[in-house]
Order: sequence, then C-alpha cells, then structure tokens
Amino acid sequence: MDSVANIILYFVVALVVVVCSCLTVLTHKILRAATYLLFVLIGTAIFYFQLGYQFLGGVQIAVYAGGIMVLFVFAILLTRKPDAVVQRIGHHRRFIGATVAIVGGVLLLLALFFMPISHDLNLVTALERGQMITMEEIGKAFTGTDRMQYLLPFEAISVLLLASIIGGVTVARKR
Amino acid sequence: MDLNMLWYLVPSIVMFVAGVYGFLTRKNMIALLISLELMLNSADLNFVVFNRYLFPGSMEGMVFTLFAVAIAAAETAIAIAIIVNIYRAVGNTDINSVDKMKY
Repeated sequence: MDSVANIILYFVVALVVVVCSCLTVLTHKILRAATYLLFVLIGTAIFYFQLGYQFLGGVQIAVYAGGIMVLFVFAILLTRKPDAVVQRIGHHRRFIGATVAIVGGVLLLLALFFMPISHDLNLVTALERGQMITMEEIGKAFTGTDRMQYLLPFEAISVLLLASIIGGVTVARKR
Repeated sequence: MDLNMLWYLVPSIVMFVAGVYGFLTRKNMIALLISLELMLNSADLNFVVFNRYLFPGSMEGMVFTLFAVAIAAAETAIAIAIIVNIYRAVGNTDINSVDKMKY
C-alpha cells in the first residue's frame, strides 16, 4: 500500500504529462508547443524524483528543462517571420498521423497489459528493495573501468559534446 | 491502491504516441524536433521505470538515461544549428521546402 501523498502526486503529475504532451502536438503556435514540452519534461523529472533517482531528476531539469528548452526558444525566435501565416496541414496527412498514432498506442497498451512479467510490486517495496543511490556510487560508476562501470562511454560522450560544439559553430556560422 | 509499474508506463505510452502523431503531421522543422524530444523522453522514462521495478539493486537504467540525455542535448544543438542555417538559405523552416540539398 503506497502512501496517499505519493498517489496524489502521481495523479497530478500524470495528468499534467498526458494533457501537455497531447497539447504539444496539437497546438498551432510553435512557441506554445515548446512551453507545453517544458511542462512534460518537468513532469518527467518529478517522476524521476518520485522513483528515487534524485540525481537523474536534477540532470533532467538542468539539461532538458534548462539547456535544451532555451535552445528551442532561441531557435524559434530566430527562425520566425512576424507576419508569417501558419500553414495548415492537409486532412490527408493528419488522418494518416492520427491512424498510426491510435493503432500504435492501442498495440502498445495491449502489449503492456499482457506483458509476461510480474507487476505486483508497489512503489514502496521497490524503493525499499533498491538501496539509495548515493553520489559516490554514481561517481565511481562513471570513472571506473570494472564491470558495470562506464569510463569509456563517459569519455566518448565528452568527445561527442566537443564535436557537437565545433559542428554547431561551423554549421551555423555566417559566411 | 498500489502504484505498480503499469502506472508509470501508461503516461510514457501517451507521450510516445503524441510524439509519433506530431512527427507525422507537423511541417515546421523545429516542431518535428520537439516531437522527437517527446519520444526520446518517453524512452528515458521507460528505462528508469524498468530499472526501479525489475532490477532495484542495480543502476544501469539510470546510467543509460544519463547518457541518453547527454546525446539528446548534442543532437538537439546540431539539429538547431542546421535548421538556422537552412532558414538563412531558404527563408523558412518548412520541411517541404528542403527537397534539394545543394543544387
């Protein structure tokens, strides 16, 4: 039996996530879509906090809700003409999109509810079974070379970020 | 009433399906990128939920999600640089107006 506060928090956040992710793809104004995406990302971060991954929630807020959203807003404001007419999408493509989304969603839900793994674990027992992940464990996992330690991908990510910095400057620079 | 695994996977499915719909129906390239972020975010949430409920003793799902967030940041930065460059060359960010590369 989970605590009432957890359940209420879950329902509030799940409602925000579901409604905002639908509004993200349904709204006509692109800046509003970015704002709704921000709410979805923050809701996901609250899910991470609730599941006991505090570091991951912090990273989600800092990188996604902070960095990527600022990038999106800047890009939207840079690539918009003030008097541009919003082009409506054709009914044909909208019908195809809705069909694919609904059929895919129903298939995913069926697969989810007939999943052959046990899902009788509740949140409190799951949180009790796994010990709290400390900062020290995360640091050791990222800087070790043993089994289940990730120094090589960590360095590869740093090289990737350097490459994307240089690539971004090179591509977007004025000639 | 218990919050088991399915409770967290259902919002994730809704997020993913909304992303698919947006990816198929949008014309603006930045809106396409936003839909892509939605799908990526739902995959990240799945990693974390499976880690918490099926393998509570380990932290591999969390590490995967951390790497996925870093890669998503790099990918978004490059994509937005390309979109800004296309806007300078073509004059809009409509996906249909980018049907030839250089010539």
